[in-house]
Amino acid sequence: MVKSQKHHIQTEGLKAPVISIGLLQWIKSNLFNGVFNSILTIVMLFFLYKIIPPFVKWAVIDSFWLSTAEQCRAGDGACWSIIPANIRFIIFGFYPHELHWRPFFAMIMLVSLLLYSKNRDYWKKSLVYMWIAGLFIMGVLMKGGLLGLSSVESDQWGGLPLTLMLSFFGMFAAYPLGVLLALGRRSKMPAVKTICILYIELIRGVPLISLLFMSAVLFPLFLPEGLTINKILRAQVAIIMFTSAYIAEVVRGGLQAITREQYEAAESLGLNYVQKMRLVILPQALKIVIPPTVGILISAFKDTSLVVIIALYDVLKTTRSALANPSWMGFSPEAYIFVGLIYFVCCYSMSNYSRRLEKELHA
Amino acid sequence: MKKGNPVNSTENTKQRVDFLNDPKIRAIIYQIAVLGMVGLLGYYLFSNTVENLNRQSIATGFGFFHKEASFEIGESLIQYSAADTYLKALLIGALNTIKVAFVGIVLTVILGTFLGIARLSTNWLVSKLAAIYIEVMQDIPILLQLFFWYSFFYDILPPPREAIEPVKGVFMSNRGLVFAVPESHPAYKYMAAAFIAGCIAVFFVRRWARKRQDKTGQIFPVFSFSIGIIIGLPLVTWLLAGAPHKMSVPELVGFNFQGGLNMSPEFGALLLGLVIYTAAFVAEIVRAGIQAISRGQTEAAMAIGLKPGQVLSLVILPQALRVIIPPLTSQMLNLTKNSSLAVAIGFPDFVSVASTTINQTGQAIEGISLIMVVYLCFSLLTSLFMNWYNKKMALVER
Repeated sequence: MVKSQKHHIQTEGLKAPVISIGLLQWIKSNLFNGVFNSILTIVMLFFLYKIIPPFVKWAVIDSFWLSTAEQCRAGDGACWSIIPANIRFIIFGFYPHELHWRPFFAMIMLVSLLLYSKNRDYWKKSLVYMWIAGLFIMGVLMKGGLLGLSSVESDQWGGLPLTLMLSFFGMFAAYPLGVLLALGRRSKMPAVKTICILYIELIRGVPLISLLFMSAVLFPLFLPEGLTINKILRAQVAIIMFTSAYIAEVVRGGLQAITREQYEAAESLGLNYVQKMRLVILPQALKIVIPPTVGILISAFKDTSLVVIIALYDVLKTTRSALANPSWMGFSPEAYIFVGLIYFVCCYSMSNYSRRLEKELHA
Repeated sequence: MKKGNPVNSTENTKQRVDFLNDPKIRAIIYQIAVLGMVGLLGYYLFSNTVENLNRQSIATGFGFFHKEASFEIGESLIQYSAADTYLKALLIGALNTIKVAFVGIVLTVILGTFLGIARLSTNWLVSKLAAIYIEVMQDIPILLQLFFWYSFFYDILPPPREAIEPVKGVFMSNRGLVFAVPESHPAYKYMAAAFIAGCIAVFFVRRWARKRQDKTGQIFPVFSFSIGIIIGLPLVTWLLAGAPHKMSVPELVGFNFQGGLNMSPEFGALLLGLVIYTAAFVAEIVRAGIQAISRGQTEAAMAIGLKPGQVLSLVILPQALRVIIPPLTSQMLNLTKNSSLAVAIGFPDFVSVASTTINQTGQAIEGISLIMVVYLCFSLLTSLFMNWYNKKMALVER
């Protein structure tokens, strides 16, 4: 009785001081813990004060959204009008104007298929068939020539669909190739091993741009007379060659992380090489390397922008063409911020997804 | 008889193994098949190429090296004119690549380390700002960033007449960045020599100090001694040479600046883009490296009585660097390879000079192989250095 009373009195008496709870406490322990940190916070706040209000004034308060270029020039703010005025060219490039709905629906299909595939519960055989059907429909939508759709040559493809296509097929084809190269590099056959090492190290040692130059200038020389492959496909091949070497190195890391016992156990079950790899080793190895693989896929997505240099009209090149129009010249920061946002959203959602997947797989 | 049996049976099974089921023979057959396919593909491509070259009458070989290049190069570290040979033009391109890569790597490591430490700061604001920087910069293609900075120089900055002067003696305009530098004087050459001499002296003193410490246990104040020698020697030389302090200050003459050191918009944009982009990756590497060292290490080092500086240099850094250096080298290599994007904004790096050469001579095969060989050399040198460093730093286990 006495004890409990004493206890009661104590809790009554010990109320935390205002400074150690709530917002004030948070500010104290996160921004002003120590002399150095306090100075740092004040300096940072001063810089933010110097940067953010002028930026907001430029980007929001004084900005133009649906005006003409002349009105923009008269004002001081950001000229976002360059985006709506050129949006169809930036997104679709030289695709025939009245047929823009076709790449539009193809992109919607691709994005919804990707979103659908995010959930691991749907990773079954049916998903593979869905993808095959989806890719076929997307191909028909882009190319036409079937079901009464008029045909659109691939040199008219451009903008965001081209960026998505180059990166998607780049990853899609580079992945199995990369796995094969990694297996080759780990092989006990000296000839196979040497060829794989040479390929991987050679590709990883040179910049992507040299491969793209090669695709633009040298591939036509490599092929017999009369046989031509269009420029987009050639660039696609270069991207696949490049990405596969990087994927191979990541997968090799995964293969090395699998212990000897796994190989031996698989062999003692009487599995042959293909069965051993397909059923035992690769499922484990590929699971380990999901995070670095997504990292490679993200950089492959960003790297597709390099096709600008061999004059393919991806989304960055269409933006630059829009900027080359004399009436919109000089508004490049606005246009580049817009394209940057597109890339950011794609890459950020990919890396976020990879982080989530990593957590799920660990659990 | 009993002894002979098992031998016989193994011999029998050996004989019974089908010729095609012997793993050794199979491996040989597979390899012959792979080599044959690669060889055939190579031969096919080669014969096509030879035929195409003959048909289009394109010259082969590196004979163009000694022809006159007849194109100007915007900036070069050594004297160059359009009358010089292609070989010299390519050399200048390679030097420009090395220049941008070297300056870029130094700045990237500084900025990246700074950001990586900021990301781990207990200050919420600093940590969050660093996190935003890292996330945003990693997710935007480097080429887009280069275009952005290039347009920053050309579209946003004013012409030289209205140049912005953020700090005295530094002018920013659409002709690039101009800043004051000390006027050339023989004293600076002596100072450079003194600096190198100081570095060599420090190297030997450190070795001697370590030996002495191993023998006698006496600690020599290496750090303060090194700082003193490396800064002091050039300073004394400067004073002895009469302390020249005349500066070459940029002045507006006509439409452009004269004097001072000029950094072209192309170089500036390339450097800014590369440093800002790569620093985001370096920051993540540094953060991971620091986090890899458990707190127990710091506490243990303090418990045996080391000073904070010693804790850092003797305990934390050697361990953190072991984690940091390999990925850091690959980022440096990435920066070097990404510097080839200079071709998109018109900075005359190696790729850009080589592609002009290809356009003029039509010899694409030689040009592209040159690009590949030069970058492969960079990669090879880097990985050689890395292997050496890894061996030096690797955990020595008993």
